[in-house]
Amino acid sequence: MEFLGLYHYWVFAVLLMIGFYAVVAKLNLIKKLIGLSLFQAAVFLLYITMGKVDGGTAPIFQTASQTNVFSNPLPQVLILTAIVVGISTLALGLGIVVRIKEEYDTIEEHEIQEIDRR
Amino acid sequence: MTGLDQHLPALQVAVPMVASAFVVLLNPKGLAWAATTAVSAMSFAIAIQLTMLVTAGTPLTYAMGSWPAPFGIALEVDSLSALLLLVITGASTIALIGARASIDAQIAADRQIYFYSAWLLAVAGLAGIVVSADAFNIFVFMEISSLASYVLIAGGPDRRALPAVFKYLIMGTIGATFYLIGVGLIYMMTGTLNLADMELRIAGVSDQRPILAAAGFITVGLALKAAVFPLHIWLPNAYTYAPHMVTAFLAACATKVSLYVLLRFDFFVFQQNLDGHTFQFAAYLMPLAILGILVGSAVAMFEGNLKRLLAFSSVAQIGYIMLGASLLSAAGLTAGIVHIFNHALAKGALFLALGAFALACTSLRFETIGGIARAMPWTFGAFVLAGLSLIGVPGTAGFISKWHLIGAAMELGPPGLALVAVILISSLMAVVYIWRIVEAACFGAAPADFPDVRVPPLLVTMIWVAAITNIVFGLVPDLPLELSRDAAASLLGHVK
Amino acid sequence: MTPENLIIAALIVPLIGAVLIALTGRINANLREAVTLTTAGTLAYIVWNIVPTVFEGGRPAVTLAEVMPGVTIGFEVEPIGMLFAALASSLWIINSIYSIGYMRGNNEKHQTRFYVMFAVSLAAAMGIAFSSNLFTLFLFYEALTLATYPLVSHKGDADTVKSARVYLGLLLATSIGLFLPAIIWTYGVAGTGDFVLGGILEGKIAGPAVGLLLVLFVFGVGKAAVMPVHRWLPAAMVAPTPVSALLHAVAVVKAGVFTVTKVIVYIFGVDFLFSEPSSGWLIYAASFTIIAASVVALRQQNLKRLLAYSTVAQLSYVVMAAAILKPLAEIGASIHMVAHAFGKITLFFAAGAIYVAAHKTELFQLKGIGRRMPITMGAFTIGALSMIGVPPTGGFVSKWYILAGAFQDDNYLAIATIILSTALNAAYFLPIVYMAWFMREDVPPEKPHGEAPWPSVLALAITAALTIGFFLFNGPALELERQLFMGTS
Repeated sequence: MEFLGLYHYWVFAVLLMIGFYAVVAKLNLIKKLIGLSLFQAAVFLLYITMGKVDGGTAPIFQTASQTNVFSNPLPQVLILTAIVVGISTLALGLGIVVRIKEEYDTIEEHEIQEIDRR
Repeated sequence: MTGLDQHLPALQVAVPMVASAFVVLLNPKGLAWAATTAVSAMSFAIAIQLTMLVTAGTPLTYAMGSWPAPFGIALEVDSLSALLLLVITGASTIALIGARASIDAQIAADRQIYFYSAWLLAVAGLAGIVVSADAFNIFVFMEISSLASYVLIAGGPDRRALPAVFKYLIMGTIGATFYLIGVGLIYMMTGTLNLADMELRIAGVSDQRPILAAAGFITVGLALKAAVFPLHIWLPNAYTYAPHMVTAFLAACATKVSLYVLLRFDFFVFQQNLDGHTFQFAAYLMPLAILGILVGSAVAMFEGNLKRLLAFSSVAQIGYIMLGASLLSAAGLTAGIVHIFNHALAKGALFLALGAFALACTSLRFETIGGIARAMPWTFGAFVLAGLSLIGVPGTAGFISKWHLIGAAMELGPPGLALVAVILISSLMAVVYIWRIVEAACFGAAPADFPDVRVPPLLVTMIWVAAITNIVFGLVPDLPLELSRDAAASLLGHVK
Repeated sequence: MTPENLIIAALIVPLIGAVLIALTGRINANLREAVTLTTAGTLAYIVWNIVPTVFEGGRPAVTLAEVMPGVTIGFEVEPIGMLFAALASSLWIINSIYSIGYMRGNNEKHQTRFYVMFAVSLAAAMGIAFSSNLFTLFLFYEALTLATYPLVSHKGDADTVKSARVYLGLLLATSIGLFLPAIIWTYGVAGTGDFVLGGILEGKIAGPAVGLLLVLFVFGVGKAAVMPVHRWLPAAMVAPTPVSALLHAVAVVKAGVFTVTKVIVYIFGVDFLFSEPSSGWLIYAASFTIIAASVVALRQQNLKRLLAYSTVAQLSYVVMAAAILKPLAEIGASIHMVAHAFGKITLFFAAGAIYVAAHKTELFQLKGIGRRMPITMGAFTIGALSMIGVPPTGGFVSKWYILAGAFQDDNYLAIATIILSTALNAAYFLPIVYMAWFMREDVPPEKPHGEAPWPSVLALAITAALTIGFFLFNGPALELERQLFMGTS
């Protein structure tokens, strides 16, 4: 069962596709944003899991006598940044949705298109 | 190098970024505008100085916090980056100097400080992408510039900007996330994020599936951000409904920066290492480039809104750049890269002129711009000049890129003739769509209540500056050509 | 001034003139027209001052800039270009005199724009005449197209805009679609686009490719109006008559045939092209255009359209003469540029004068008009005779040389074409002359009219005199071209 052994990739792929599906298929703008967040979260997981080393602990420098195995801290640091970016995007997206609601009085994509066509 | 020169790559990003935080504190709004313009001009000066240093000698590298690469984050400025820095900061500065009246007309006074702040952030982000030599850093700057440009585009008075920007946000984020996945996969295989280091280490694992997947993710993600046909659908509406000056600024540089990253990755990191990548790159991108050129131009011919028309023309122009790159030859790459520069000159000037037209016209459609040529003869004259450059009439910058592109296509022999035909047909389509505008502006019926608007002298001056640069770099194209040639050589140095 | 400085001056003077015209146009119409005439005079003086140098075999040259390696903006005066420049600059003076009468007589609007763009067009024509390589020539060729667009679309009504669109569209489409690739191809294989006597392509390209490149050049130069790229010329008839004169005699079509001649002589090389069978199609295309355009002209009812088709035919005389590829015929080609210019400008001036004085444009209206406008119709008659090639007019001289060249090569196609087209020319010009002089007016005009305003009449009298004068005193022009073609081959 080797392909299950890499289960975190499956989690990544499934989450990614769920998110992507929501972005593409949902007409409600909020749901699209939720999908986008899932999509990004999947990538966060990919990064974090890749840094995991079997039996590794947190990379805190200890005394020289202990020879601990550390998980790779760099992906975690990177993803911290990416999470910040993701949150900003989400916040901005929600802000835009609020403005759309004010202007169009709806947050359904097809209704907005309908209004614009008129 | 003097002490300050050494730090220029970092200052290029830091100056506008820090300034963007302080612009918000400035009131009244005139002061914010002045400060933003001054900062942008300073960035432009830094870019010029960097270009001079690059043309004088070796590429500049800068280790952030003095951590040596590949451990620290490195900044690097070579010919290609210098060219793009000139485009970004130049477009921003020219647009800002002329922008005052147009921004006053389009953006509420109390929100202008935030608008200017976002503008500077966009400049910082775009410049950051270009100077970074680190894959993850590029991602971060890409998101900074994207978020800032979403804000800029959504700032206009037209409510249709909102759905447009939402679409842009979704597609932009997907593109950036794809890029992030690709970078992650590469990091997994090579353990590095530094581009130069990546290039070395990737050789050992180039036969692994994740690297191939990474190449695919990165290429598609960046193509999305760069609006390569058929991933361009976010672009027309975003450009059309954005405030006019924002369109002038972003049309000149935003998509090109993504193209820059695409070229960097595909030539610098992948080409040398992946078997058949050369072929794959050309075989996938060339048809897309050709389709983009033809479809973009064709749609532009029948478009009724002038800004949308020019936006579709941009899709076609991106096709030119991709076409040059997909030829995989020094001549082709030179042509593509120099077109990044030349197209920015032409499109920037055209959108600036449209911004001036918009001061008098109710909307920018063919029916409503009648008589604008008589009302604004100077602006219109510059518009025609820039239009000629877009068409590629000799003596203009657009001609230089077309000349090189056709020359590069001809190097292929008989199959190249088909490419030449594509380029020429699309040039003729450009004649059609530019001349439709000229005719409408000259001979169209002027509305009875034509407002008597004087274009602010500063704006006219800047439109003419932009138009004249089209002529200057059409007659003396040494600077962009040298940089492009050098950039092409350095990119190709990484092709087998 | 040295000849080199004169070249630069010839390019700049019309542009300075354009600026001054634009500035004075706001103040006073008389001042503006004085500036136009002064500029035209100055330009002609400058150009004629270069003539002695070229006559003595000098080839003054200037290089302004190197745009790309091997691609320069440069100028060099050689005999064909000298002839073209002298012709264009001299006719500009006469045309300006005529314009004053015509534009005022017709109360045309936007006269300042008209004079400004006219001056810009002349600057472009000078650039074409003096250019030392294909790139420079192309630069000014496109500039001429664009500068003449506002002139063609002068009236600005819907019909005019449509016709002007055909004019611009066809000229730009051919130049970008065919001429430009031909130029890039040339630079690609030869590494240069300089005009060198004897050509630069020999040994660089062979077989059918030569014929193909020639196709690109000949049809790419839409201004030469070889069928089927002649449509712009009848379309441009919507323009005011002085503009038609500019198009047909002074600059535009002349720039076209000049370019074709230059490409044949200096890019391909006469001998090289003669030795390449794949270039043979050109003479057929030119012959076809001559005959077909003449037949179309025969069926026209509108005077200006008739003249337009006559121009299409006459231009292909030049192309055909150049395509005979024999020295005497090449001389004939360059001389025909001049002879046709004198004749055709006279005809257009006359047509314009009739329009100004009597508002008549159709052939059937011209009955008996010779009695009301004797000077105009006298000049018209001289122009018509020159088109047919009857002595003592300039048209006879060039036809003589073309025929002589055709006999050098025993080219019976060319000979037959010339004979047939002469008959056709006679068939469409002589009835007009007959109607004007010998038939009675069937409808009297609403109000009696005499000649057009005096500047117009003066101008057409001068050009008519030149048409005859060129028959009598063509020595210098012939000598100039003879040096070029007979001295070397």
